[in-house]
Amino acid sequence: MSNVRLIPRLDIKGPNLIKGIRLEGLRVMGDPQEFALRYYEAGADELIYMDIVASLYGRNNLSDIIRRAADQVYIPITVGGGIRSVDDARHILRSGADKVAINTAAVANPALITQVSRRFGSQAMVLSIEAKQVAPGRWEAYTDNGRERTGLDVIEWVKRGVELGAGEILLTSVDREGTRKGFEIDLVRQVSEAVPVPVIASGGMGSIDDLLQVVKSGRADAVAMADVLHYKRLELPDIRVAARDAGLAVRSI
Amino acid sequence: MTVKVTIADYGVGNLLNVVRAFQHCGADVHVTEDPAAIAGSDRLVVPGVGAFEDSINELNNRGFADAVKRYAESGKPLFGICVGMQMLFDASEEFGEHAGLGILPGRVVAVPSLTTEGLPQRVPHIGWNHLVSPEHGNDWKGTLLQSFEDARPAVYFVHSFAAQPANDQDRLADCFYGGHRICAAVRRDNIVATQFHPERSGEIGLTMVRSFLAL
Repeated sequence: MSNVRLIPRLDIKGPNLIKGIRLEGLRVMGDPQEFALRYYEAGADELIYMDIVASLYGRNNLSDIIRRAADQVYIPITVGGGIRSVDDARHILRSGADKVAINTAAVANPALITQVSRRFGSQAMVLSIEAKQVAPGRWEAYTDNGRERTGLDVIEWVKRGVELGAGEILLTSVDREGTRKGFEIDLVRQVSEAVPVPVIASGGMGSIDDLLQVVKSGRADAVAMADVLHYKRLELPDIRVAARDAGLAVRSI
Repeated sequence: MTVKVTIADYGVGNLLNVVRAFQHCGADVHVTEDPAAIAGSDRLVVPGVGAFEDSINELNNRGFADAVKRYAESGKPLFGICVGMQMLFDASEEFGEHAGLGILPGRVVAVPSLTTEGLPQRVPHIGWNHLVSPEHGNDWKGTLLQSFEDARPAVYFVHSFAAQPANDQDRLADCFYGGHRICAAVRRDNIVATQFHPERSGEIGLTMVRSFLAL
């Protein structure tokens, strides 16, 4: 397999980087640019930006933040939140993003997945999933930061999304997000085994062990992390070294 | 001296980050939709992202194919990136058989979906991978990889197809994916091309861009 990608995730509200628990109870962390540069210089493999209030306003407001970042950050950038059309996707890509992550609009209109992947390539079309456990071994896809049910079974939905053209899955466990209790390993493994495209596991990283588990047992291709980095509980170079020492394939800096 | 770099905009994909990377490295960047405009530049970059067929069709329909071939013959440095590398070859088997520019001999074939041990692996190949010397040895001196002769730099890939040069000497660097040797960069005379994205490969990628500008 490829080297596991270590991806800082920046949740944005207005001009600020924020951090919540289970996508709620948001706390302002600061200027996203400062964090982005810190992570770029520390060897982040990619960055993910999510406009977490976009669905309230019906549009993504990150283009200025992305434009600033892209002037100084030369690694792949994924942007999600409130992207509802091919035009929205184009606008975000033109701001400097490499990929768009789409959740709500893809649920409402699955054809959008195909349209975006045809227009910009499947590598640019990331299907974003907010998963909540509804029964043992079963998860439902949610939208609007885990508030709105869709009735879609996560495993069925990711399979369909990939058939429609999604080139990657950003899989967020709402139950674990911001809790530092570890990733939802069963969920990640089931999704990884269900689709041929790479899966980014998001939500719950609190320790190096969590990272090792979600890659080894969950078979994640990439790992998003927020809380542990924003609060400097762990530093990226240390995570990278510890991962390599434990036998994970990560790129050398 | 500021090097004048022309980036061919043939209507496919997002060129912005390629433009930014070259500007960041000090180039005087001109993005053009006019194939006649590339002849006068010091350097030509042919970027590419997405499907081979769409890209080569647009390159042909917009008159860039002949202009790029002529530029390749001019002896001035030409840099193909990702699908921009693949199109330099004779043909691709991505979604059918499609002719390329035929500047370099060889074909573009699918990245294997099984490892050399027969296990399934992810395609596309997405992420950072380390460059290694091709089987005929390391001749990175005087190329955009010259800063990395004693290292195995990691660079960012995202692709489902890869070139197989007919002439092994055209290979500049490979990477390993699932045990398979994948062609990561080629070079012949004034032509250099990478399957990976130097513009998304952090400071390592920018170093390669600077080396290209200094050729």
